[in-house]
Amino acid sequence: MKSKREFLEKPSVNTDVYKQDWRWQEGDLTVTRTMQWTAPGCHNGCSVLHYTKGDELVKIEGDPLSPYNEGRLCMRCLAMKDTVNHPDRLKWPLKRVGERGENKWERISWDEAYGIIEENVRKIWAEDGPETIVSMQGTGRNICWQTPYLSYSAFGSPNFVLGFLSGDACYLPRTTMGHCFMGDFMVADCSQHLEKRFDDPEYVLPEVIMIYGNNPVISNGDGFFGHWIIDCMKRGTKLIVVDPSLTWLASRAEVWLKVRPGTDAALVLGMLNVIINEKLYDKEFVEKWTYGFDELEKRVQEYPLEKVEKITWVPKDKIVEAARLFAKAKPGAIQWGLAVDQSVAGIPTAHGLLCMAALCGDIDVPGGCMIPRCAYDISDSYGCGLWNLSEEMLGKMLGVDTSPLHALGFDPTANGDTVLQAIETGKPYPIKMLFIQSTNTFANMSADSARVYNAMKSVPFNVVVDPFMTPTAVACADVVLPAAMSAERNSARVWWWPLRSIVKVSQYYEAKSDETIILEIGKRLNPDLFPWEDDIEMMDWWLQSGNRFHAGWPKKTDMTFNELKEKVMSWPEDWGYKKYEKGWLRDDGKPGFNTNTGKAELFMTLFDAWGFDPLPYYEEPPESPVSTPELFKEYPLILTTGQRTWEYFHSEQRQVPVLRESHPDPLVELHADTAASLGIAEGEWVYVENMRGKCKLKVKFNSTLDPKVVRAEHGWWFPEREAAEPSLFGVFDSNINNLTQQGVTGPTLYGAPYKNQICKIYKITPENDKVSPSEIVTRLGGFKNVK
Amino acid sequence: MSNSRKGLLIDYEFCTGCHACETACKMELDLPLGQYGIKIAQDGPRELPDGKWELNYLPMPTSLCDLCEKRVGEGKLPTCVHHCQSACMHYGTVEELSKKMDQKSKTVLFAPK
Repeated sequence: MKSKREFLEKPSVNTDVYKQDWRWQEGDLTVTRTMQWTAPGCHNGCSVLHYTKGDELVKIEGDPLSPYNEGRLCMRCLAMKDTVNHPDRLKWPLKRVGERGENKWERISWDEAYGIIEENVRKIWAEDGPETIVSMQGTGRNICWQTPYLSYSAFGSPNFVLGFLSGDACYLPRTTMGHCFMGDFMVADCSQHLEKRFDDPEYVLPEVIMIYGNNPVISNGDGFFGHWIIDCMKRGTKLIVVDPSLTWLASRAEVWLKVRPGTDAALVLGMLNVIINEKLYDKEFVEKWTYGFDELEKRVQEYPLEKVEKITWVPKDKIVEAARLFAKAKPGAIQWGLAVDQSVAGIPTAHGLLCMAALCGDIDVPGGCMIPRCAYDISDSYGCGLWNLSEEMLGKMLGVDTSPLHALGFDPTANGDTVLQAIETGKPYPIKMLFIQSTNTFANMSADSARVYNAMKSVPFNVVVDPFMTPTAVACADVVLPAAMSAERNSARVWWWPLRSIVKVSQYYEAKSDETIILEIGKRLNPDLFPWEDDIEMMDWWLQSGNRFHAGWPKKTDMTFNELKEKVMSWPEDWGYKKYEKGWLRDDGKPGFNTNTGKAELFMTLFDAWGFDPLPYYEEPPESPVSTPELFKEYPLILTTGQRTWEYFHSEQRQVPVLRESHPDPLVELHADTAASLGIAEGEWVYVENMRGKCKLKVKFNSTLDPKVVRAEHGWWFPEREAAEPSLFGVFDSNINNLTQQGVTGPTLYGAPYKNQICKIYKITPENDKVSPSEIVTRLGGFKNVK
Repeated sequence: MSNSRKGLLIDYEFCTGCHACETACKMELDLPLGQYGIKIAQDGPRELPDGKWELNYLPMPTSLCDLCEKRVGEGKLPTCVHHCQSACMHYGTVEELSKKMDQKSKTVLFAPK
């Protein structure tokens, strides 16, 4: 039922209590209006009120005056006081004194820590070259530009990577494809770029939002506050949800497409088949603004619905229903997510969804698939500082010879799979140092966790920057630096719009902000490129860094950090829709998209030139009932991994009691019938195993899954268990990435099969549980030696 | 007295089960582990005869809920209502809320005290 108007009216905010100033006093508490983002990590950036007493954070509230989240917060932010003041946080820099893995440390000063880092870097520069230093970070961090800038400008190395996330299989396949397809990305428009939000007269409510391969109310991926979807639903938006499991959003959807994991490219091609053959597309937009329609029309004939049903397990009438509903919606929006990226066909899946948005005329219309860029075009990018490297050094970036996409600066990063091979083989050159800034990689997203653990341990010199002691730090760090949390940083966020301040309100022992850390290291190694007196001066430079990557829209700002601090949020005046008509997207100022043809390229000319398939296509997961039927007899379940939880951001927050209480154990979900056939009860601990490894998880029934599909959580380690090896915080005991693999990606090196593995599940017995997986990895040489 | 009784109106069509109300409440009342002032109940997922799915969450105030007496006294909303990510919780007098309830299906009115 569509809500009555009264249900949409929020009670007016009491501005006697919630003042419009950036800071005020409430009794003995100081209240600061700002934003929360890293640490802990998050894809989102919600407006908060920090309540402090002296320099201690004592309370947090959502800022009800913010158009972004309108006072709302998730449980992780609500528990922030406990996370920020956690007694286990790293309090000062540490130097390793025992062997790696023994968890023996000595407290040192910042000056000494920087001295050790400088000495090692200068030695590596002299003996091996800057390119042998690799910097890395985890996802959803407010270090998107800081760590890259450090790598390119202080270390002088082109090798910045996203940990060992195989196939860069999160977000980058989508952003890269957006850039190849139309020079930009697309985001579902829930009015989030308009200060007046739903009341802006230019805004149009999406008739339909297709939620593709994510559960945004939990994941809030890529700067998208997931509950904006609910705001739209209340106003009448209908949903199509594509997910192997019934999410809450799927339970409210007009159509739920229960797809076989990893077959999304075929499903999208099936929907394109319907949209094209039933002539449901926007002929005027296609004619005027797209390139290669005839080739696409021909390609989709290779995907008749009978074939697509067989591949995807989605009944063909549902595919037709979804395609018609979406194509007829004016406007329709696509909220796309991680599952798009996590198959070897990640790139063509993303391409297909971009084609769908373009065919239906939804690109950059109000309430459709809007084209975002960062407010004031601030250099919030993995490419920040890349301009400080020589052509010769850029050419040494690992992965670029295989994939020109990595080199051409579409979200430029080195490729993690290639870095891993370089560590293991010394080719094309050995890796001598890892600078690991807020990533707990083999506890979390790196595929084949044991392989990555061994590789990282073998690198001669490693630095870890993190708020907590992690399995990564214990296993391989020589120096550990305590990272400040969000409330302890002077920083800002633009990803995407508006610009928001992050203001330091508290201090935890000797922890320093990521900004301060990169500035202080940079000053020692390459002071010319770090000319700023302090973090605030550096933030001034960053805020004013726009129009380096885009000549036109959006216009840069000359705002300083202190001005932003008092404004709290800054909405640029130059937001607009249909920017391709306005000449805002191209550096030459002409109308059109920022591509070779000036069109949205259904047939991608760049891919054609590089020898990649220029059209969307389907590729079967490398291990599946179809591609490896014999193997599937031994491992007869399809394993999809990494569904998000309310309580945790990836591998974080397991040490926060109020959150852990709500989700104490790592879960594997399976259909009740499947469990019954295996003699397994709900709540029982089981082994999940495949050709590469195994882990222990607790069973939760989920009978919305296909009986052949199971899904398992990631990111689990146990801060309460012994830190030293062989336990290593139990990091391999329940690590689903014991079962995944590195180096199996799509031809562009983007996209990896995290969400479409195969496995078996069996009961734990005294006989099969004598040695823990953590001991197998850290002491016995890995799963290949122990069954 | 009955005219000024306060309540919580929940629009459970839109409760996503995000637990924000639970955590907000625990922090506000400084409750120990295992104690709640409000707790999410769940029904489903269950396939219905028409092929649609039933899945509902409902936040239920416990006997520890004081409707944020202190916050309300300071001119604020109860913390669960303030922070609810779906904005599906409403605070007011039972009289106001029951009128509001008349406007919309899938609603529940709690009067905890």
